Amino acid sequence: MTTTAPPPTAPPQKTRTVTRPGDRIFSGLSRGSGIFLLVVMAAIAIFLTYRAVQAISKDHGNFLTTFEWNASLNPPVFGVAVLAYGTVVSSIIAMLIAVPIAVGIALFITHYAPRRLGGPIAYVIDLLAAVPSIVYGLWGALFLVPHLRGLNLWLDKYFGWTYIFHKQDPNSAPRSLFTVGILLAIMILPIITNVSREVIRQVPRMHEEAALALGATRWEVIRLSVLPFARSGIISASMLGLGRALGETMAVATVLSASPQLSGHILDPLGGTFSQNIVAKFGEADEFGRDALIASGLVLFIITLLVNGAARIIIQRRKEYSGANA
Amino acid sequence: MAKRIDVSGLSAYYGTFRAIDDISMTIEPRSVTAFIGPSGCGKSTFLRTLNRMHEVVPGARVEGKVLLDDENLYGSGVDPVSVRRTVGMVFQRPNPFPTMSIYDNVAAGLRLNGIRKKGELDSIVEKSLKGANLWNEVKDRLNKPGSGLSGGQQQRLCIARAIAVEPQVLLMDEPCSALDPISTLAIEDLIGELKTQFTIVIVTHNMQQAARVSDRTAFFNLAAVGQPGKLIEIDETERIFSNPTVQATEDYISGRFG
Ligand SMILES: Nc1ncnc2c1ncn2[C@@H]1O[C@H](COP(=O)(O)OP(=O)(O)O)[C@@H](O)[C@H]1O
Ligand SMILES: [Mg+2]
Repeated sequence: MTTTAPPPTAPPQKTRTVTRPGDRIFSGLSRGSGIFLLVVMAAIAIFLTYRAVQAISKDHGNFLTTFEWNASLNPPVFGVAVLAYGTVVSSIIAMLIAVPIAVGIALFITHYAPRRLGGPIAYVIDLLAAVPSIVYGLWGALFLVPHLRGLNLWLDKYFGWTYIFHKQDPNSAPRSLFTVGILLAIMILPIITNVSREVIRQVPRMHEEAALALGATRWEVIRLSVLPFARSGIISASMLGLGRALGETMAVATVLSASPQLSGHILDPLGGTFSQNIVAKFGEADEFGRDALIASGLVLFIITLLVNGAARIIIQRRKEYSGANA
Repeated sequence: MAKRIDVSGLSAYYGTFRAIDDISMTIEPRSVTAFIGPSGCGKSTFLRTLNRMHEVVPGARVEGKVLLDDENLYGSGVDPVSVRRTVGMVFQRPNPFPTMSIYDNVAAGLRLNGIRKKGELDSIVEKSLKGANLWNEVKDRLNKPGSGLSGGQQQRLCIARAIAVEPQVLLMDEPCSALDPISTLAIEDLIGELKTQFTIVIVTHNMQQAARVSDRTAFFNLAAVGQPGKLIEIDETERIFSNPTVQATEDYISGRFG
């Protein structure tokens, strides 16, 4: 047998890993569809931005600070101030109401309810998540609005001094950002509950036992082990809900009595949101009007991006302490 | 600060399955008692009945008595939460609270007991970490997460967390089985030091470990899979390893075991 020793100074060969045709086809397909998706998204973004810039450049008001939306005037005057304010405020109200209740229900299902009760509750909430938003919208307009009159009066009477709950005309209909917030809270409650519940279920048993063995009560176990571990997941769940609240259209359009005014009193029946404004104006808008609405849609998109970015930073900041590296 | 444990007629169930049957034994204060026996014979189950952790498993229940000095842990009106505050536990896999710093891990039990003063917490945390032979390794990074420590350090952190609340009894369920030999030795040394203050019960798979650390050894066995585990005998460790009374013990210890 003759052996030819490899020359000692041979350049380091690039090792070729063996790939199978199936792997190659699959990786080609997935890379191709990934690139395709990116290209489509970039095309949409460029198109929308182009149209939006066209509209904004002809705006005779300040696009960011103008209250009213009169794109069909000559010269056109329109701005997103009221819409941005209304969208953000109603979403904040929705989150303030929905997140604590959702986490509470999720904890109840996973840690307090007997199994016979927890299962059915979880199932019903799953169903609620699938109800179309127009149904919520109609329910809001036909049931919620009339029934909120009393709460509105009560809030105005006892908490009017907080400014926020002061109502300029106590007898006006409760078609306010506050009502929108409540309706949005009801709409996003199921999704936040479901995702939180799943995240809470994932908390490893051994972390809960660590707390139990120290003599923690049920609530203390939740505080010491469950919530810290589930925290980032609950934030993500809330972001899912917030995304839905920010973009919700029908429910807002049926409940809110929109007007181009900006008020810190959240019970006043005025204001607007991006998607509500788009739905209200799109039908009768000419091409320029539509471009202007597209511009407002882009602002909503940017707000959503900012919110998601903020959530990511919150989750990231405590990564070192997250349960992932346990 | 250490109490005698008196178990009589104790059986434990998972639903309808009886995992351990009619166990009685006495565990002396300030001693180390080792539980040995084949897998599935109910060592962990029995250990967890000693601090009422067994019943946190859905459907699990216990029959019989466990006296801690003279108080029956299973007496009516006894709060399992307060039992667990007097009988501490260390688990097989180190389980520090992953989101908490080293300091907060040790302080967790103290805070549950309502101790909030910074100075008091500081001194107990330091004392407990010294007690767990961990102080020198972590004193400069008390505010770093406990999950960043090595496995052996994490386990000593868990011991520090358990002894911080000054329990009467310390239960350890195979505390070294996830650790390397050096960390294992560190923990065995620690057990030797801790027994001057606490009553210690340790489950171990490692016969040499039982021989090294314990004063008394209990051998558990089960007739067949699906049958309940039973206590075969409990005696001085030297005696169990040199001249056990029961043949099955000798078979198990000498490795002649099915
Ligand atoms: N959570 C549980 N649910 C049902 N059965 C269990 C559970 N934990 C342990 N068992 C059963 O109880 C018996 C004793 O288990 P265990 O106490 O873990 O034994 P050991 O610690 O000696 O290996 C085994 O048959 C095991 O399958
Ligand atoms: Mg075990």
